Amino acid sequence: MWNSVSEFLAMGGYALYVWSSFGLCAIAFCIEVLIVRSQRKTTLRRLRQALLADQYPQESRQ
Amino acid sequence: MNDLTNTSWLNWFRLASPSTFYPVAGRLIPFFWILSIAFGLAGLWVSFFVAPVDAVQGQGYRIIFVHVPASWMSMFLYIVMAAWAGVGLVFNTRLSAMMAQAIAPIGAVMAFLSLWTGAFWGKPMWGAWWVWDARLTSELILFFLYLGFIALQASIDQVRRADKAGAILALVGVVNVPIIYFSVKWWNTLHQGASVSMTKSPSMAHTMLWGMLLMALCFWMYAIAMTLMRVRVIILERESHADWVQNLKEVKG
Repeated sequence: MWNSVSEFLAMGGYALYVWSSFGLCAIAFCIEVLIVRSQRKTTLRRLRQALLADQYPQESRQ
Repeated sequence: MNDLTNTSWLNWFRLASPSTFYPVAGRLIPFFWILSIAFGLAGLWVSFFVAPVDAVQGQGYRIIFVHVPASWMSMFLYIVMAAWAGVGLVFNTRLSAMMAQAIAPIGAVMAFLSLWTGAFWGKPMWGAWWVWDARLTSELILFFLYLGFIALQASIDQVRRADKAGAILALVGVVNVPIIYFSVKWWNTLHQGASVSMTKSPSMAHTMLWGMLLMALCFWMYAIAMTLMRVRVIILERESHADWVQNLKEVKG
């Protein structure tokens, strides 16, 4: 169907519309994964700090 | 036999407890990622190398392979989210409300992608990024419903009240989903009908349909993987004072 790479990239003159649609979907999914992973890291760090504060009540009060 | 069914029922109810569900969800996540990537690769292959060029829209029609799955998932996820929220409201189960909260952002992303890819399809074919067409407008309302659900839950400090208020909003908003679905039948608008693939030649309809189905499965599996990832974070946040959370090896370090 495609005779060359440039023909594939040109998408019959619809390159901007086709690639921005597919590209934005890929970008949105990647960003969402990164957001959830950083949320998980933040939550785990907070839980670890709370646990440490419980283990050493004297020091944390000073 | 009777014993067996009893045990399996017991296991299902045990899964409703966040402490049991958390590790199970963690084990399921890689499985759904693999499925999503596999369906995605197959779907992209069909979208660009198997499905032939469209007689009317040329290569521009290939936007359909992300536009339709995103639109389907935006509607489907809303129903699933409202169902979890409704179960949480009726039975007061903690995990159901957390599931609804975990689904909402993915649904909002899908609705946004549906509108965005629709704009990039509408511009070359209709000559406009946006028209106040019944389908476009009702999909925009769906996007706002997702944002409203997220904002409402975030604005109420008390978790149980936030869950209840969110659930009522989600359930009332369900009325919008059939409006989106039937909008192309009820109103004579610019957006094409649902049976677009049926008007083409049969072989064409087949490969196009396969491409859309594979991409929809990719989006679906992605949505499940993301829901499980996000619900695990929500469980950690909401159950942070429970002993089982403090005994987790990722917390203990």
